[in-house]
Amino acid sequence: MQTVDPKDLAAFEADADAWFNENVVRDPGFMLPLTFMEVGTDQQFNFLRDWQNKVYEAGYLGAAWPKEYGGGGLDQAFQNAATRAMRRHHGPIMLNAIGLNWTGPLLLNMGSEEHKKAHLKGILSAEDIWCQGFSEPGNGSDLGNAQTRAVRDGDHYVVNGSKIWTTLGRYAKYMILLARTDPDTPKKYDGLSFFLAPMKIPGVETNPIKKLTGEHGFTQTFFTDARIPATGLMGVEGGGWKVAMRTLEFERGTRGGQAGGYVAVGSNAFEVLDLAKRMTRSGKPVLDDPQVADQMVEFLMEIQALSLNGQRTQVPNLVADHPQGIPLASKLMGTEMSRRLNEFAIRLTGARGAYYVGEEEAVDRGVWARAYLNSFSATIGGGTSQIQANIVGEHVLGLPKS
Amino acid sequence: MQDLGRIGFSEDQAALLDVATDFCLQRSPVSTVRRLIEDELGHDPAVWKEMGELGWLGIAIPEDFGGSGLSLAEVVPVVEQMGRRLMTGPLISATLAAQALAVGGTEAQKLAVLPRLAEGLAATIALAEPDFDWEADTVACQAQDAADGKLALSGQKVLVADAGVAQWIIASVRYQDAPALVLIPAAALPAGALRRETVIDETRRSFALNLDGVSVSKQDLLDPALAGTTLMHLHLAANLLAAADMVGGTQSCIDYTVDYLKTRVQFGKLIGSYQALKHPTVDAYCKYEQARSHLYAAAHCFGEQGTGEIAVRMAKAAADAAYSFAADRAIQFHGGFGFTYDCDAQLYRRRAIWHAANYGDAGFHKAKLARLLF
Ligand SMILES: Cc1cc2nc3c(=O)[nH]c(=O)nc-3n(C[C@H](O)[C@H](O)[C@H](O)COP(=O)(O)OP(=O)(O)OC[C@H]3O[C@@H](n4cnc5c(N)ncnc54)[C@H](O)[C@@H]3O)c2cc1C
Ligand SMILES: Cc1cc2nc3c(=O)[nH]c(=O)nc-3n(C[C@H](O)[C@H](O)[C@H](O)COP(=O)(O)OP(=O)(O)OC[C@H]3O[C@@H](n4cnc5c(N)ncnc54)[C@H](O)[C@@H]3O)c2cc1C
Repeated sequence: MQTVDPKDLAAFEADADAWFNENVVRDPGFMLPLTFMEVGTDQQFNFLRDWQNKVYEAGYLGAAWPKEYGGGGLDQAFQNAATRAMRRHHGPIMLNAIGLNWTGPLLLNMGSEEHKKAHLKGILSAEDIWCQGFSEPGNGSDLGNAQTRAVRDGDHYVVNGSKIWTTLGRYAKYMILLARTDPDTPKKYDGLSFFLAPMKIPGVETNPIKKLTGEHGFTQTFFTDARIPATGLMGVEGGGWKVAMRTLEFERGTRGGQAGGYVAVGSNAFEVLDLAKRMTRSGKPVLDDPQVADQMVEFLMEIQALSLNGQRTQVPNLVADHPQGIPLASKLMGTEMSRRLNEFAIRLTGARGAYYVGEEEAVDRGVWARAYLNSFSATIGGGTSQIQANIVGEHVLGLPKS
Repeated sequence: MQDLGRIGFSEDQAALLDVATDFCLQRSPVSTVRRLIEDELGHDPAVWKEMGELGWLGIAIPEDFGGSGLSLAEVVPVVEQMGRRLMTGPLISATLAAQALAVGGTEAQKLAVLPRLAEGLAATIALAEPDFDWEADTVACQAQDAADGKLALSGQKVLVADAGVAQWIIASVRYQDAPALVLIPAAALPAGALRRETVIDETRRSFALNLDGVSVSKQDLLDPALAGTTLMHLHLAANLLAAADMVGGTQSCIDYTVDYLKTRVQFGKLIGSYQALKHPTVDAYCKYEQARSHLYAAAHCFGEQGTGEIAVRMAKAAADAAYSFAADRAIQFHGGFGFTYDCDAQLYRRRAIWHAANYGDAGFHKAKLARLLF
């Protein structure tokens, strides 16, 4: 293991601080997405793509990826410092989340030399946006049941079927695609293969889907005799399930190696506290209500606990009984907390909770209502909370399968 | 934004956690816990002696007075593991009494008593009174200068843990119209001054203390200038150690329940496969992990002005919520057996209530936190 000189690290973080302080655009003049899952307009897309590229060029993204693939070749501690700095300065989110956080680490972990050379730099620079084609109209939670077909034809696979809820589907140049290459295996998981598939080819069509927020953000993708190169196969034909599971480990953050940056604006309990101070009910600050105060303290405790959980995972003695427990439970805890916190914030706005983005009387331009509706993206996307509870119950506590 | 505390973990904590995990598992199987419920003393003196030999009674006592010179942060893993095994004995009480002297005692008191506590004599603190108020400085009991040059005490104390075996009781009183603390040697208590209370946690030994007619030497008054600080210190220390016991208990309670969910079959399936049981158990587990993180932050930041108080109150509130929920569901998920005295779930549930009742429950601490945080 590389040892990091604390002085180098501190200097790096100070530089990053200065850089983000100078370069973060406070108000681009339009509403920026709260998460990478709600990029709905070209204006937003172009802005975020330029921003990501700028951060990368400055050395604050992919700092811990190997140099030969476009990374910075530094220890992970440097990337963490850069990520802290961009958060501190409320920099915009990183657009190419699926590339940076799951495709990239997956390629570094299991990809061939050709795959790494071909894709990693484009992921960092935001030149190549990636999307994930796992879910299908009939199969979301039951991912292993995926039915989209890929049939080998010479040095190509011919793909037919449909993927849905595809984040960034409209903008993506590539898709990580789980498709069925053999429909006749005794175990459904054995017939699946995993592809790095181009999106801008004949036979691939994306239809935007309007989300509950009223915005566009994800798509349905249709494959009609689309020919994707066989060189895009990851691992072996029929071995796709294993690759998909590894991808989910990166997606759910239980395995390190992500390029860094952050992809969602975390719900800040202190901002909600500020809201509780500003809002009045029956002529008094709503925070004077002991029930509101009690709930507010609970949220602050919960936010604090989630942050402390992260620190505690660094102390092996304190996680000895369930080494994987906190990482596996974190998605569940964090996303559910965020959903409840945003819902609470709407309640704090009282009668004006009836307003939505666009209404001038809406508190804080309707951001709380939008944040609440959006918070389901995280409690459903990447596996629902119920599925995550099963995973924690079965893998951490050892309970029998549902 | 305020500093709400952070996790730090010392080598000594690691070593103590390691030893305590094993020791408490060996010495306090649940059969022993149940046997001691029927015992007048309520703990095993031989085990108490062993704890003394392990140095646990002097962990947070300064080296000058025969202790190891560590801090409450190092007592936390020990108490946590004791709570995990529902282990009994006056360790928490004696540690708190030692804290009272270390923080607010006179040199003479420290010299006379602390080395004895480090060696294994028991002691306790008496703060609660029949108004059952959790505020650290509401005190009605009195200490008055008497004609014989001594201090005449009066009033009632309640929920005095381990008073039956304590060689000293440190009680809060009002002296010259201000809160103060006195060191009462057990020998100064007339017959009948202690009445054993019937408490919900049957593994505990708790007493009402009648101070009427008790008199102590004036030298037994703790340093009056430090009384306010000491009372607050004791309040936070008591809550920190309670949180430790509770977090350990929560872990064990979840383990106990999970074991049942993995073996009990109904409708042809292991009941742990039903999500109606699995998901709340996962909720209990998540609450447990959060409470444990708060605990170790509170242990680490205990001595820090402001941050320490916030972290401790958060730890106690989180532990109360986690332990209560886990133990409550443990009873339910054991079905008819959960309703019996034989099922261990009730032992945990009772202990969680005991801790919530002492030194402040979640609601109390959250109300305090609201004032500290907003
Ligand atoms: C914003 C967003 C972005 C997304 N982005 C992508 C993407 O980029 N690529 C991609 O492939 N997919 C994406 N998804 C899809 C996501 O992974 C699925 O929606 C999710 O896995 C749930 O599948 P489903 O929608 O089919 O719901 P279903 O599986 O039909 O679930 C319906 C309900 O049943 C519950 N349920 C299902 N099975 C069980 C069970 N065994 N036990 C208990 N409860 C159960 C679920 O929790 C849920 O409440 C995205 C989803 C969202 C919301
Ligand atoms: C005070 C009291 C009085 C009683 N009096 C009588 C009496 O007079 N006569 C008599 O015959 N019986 C009596 N009973 C028994 C009572 O009916 C059973 O205890 C009850 O039906 C539960 O069965 P069990 O104890 O076997 O628990 P189990 O069936 O083993 O249940 C254990 C746990 O698993 C859960 N569980 C079980 N199956 C499922 C499922 N499919 N889905 C989700 N969760 C599940 C239960 O809710 C419970 O939490 C009494 C019980 C009590 C507590």
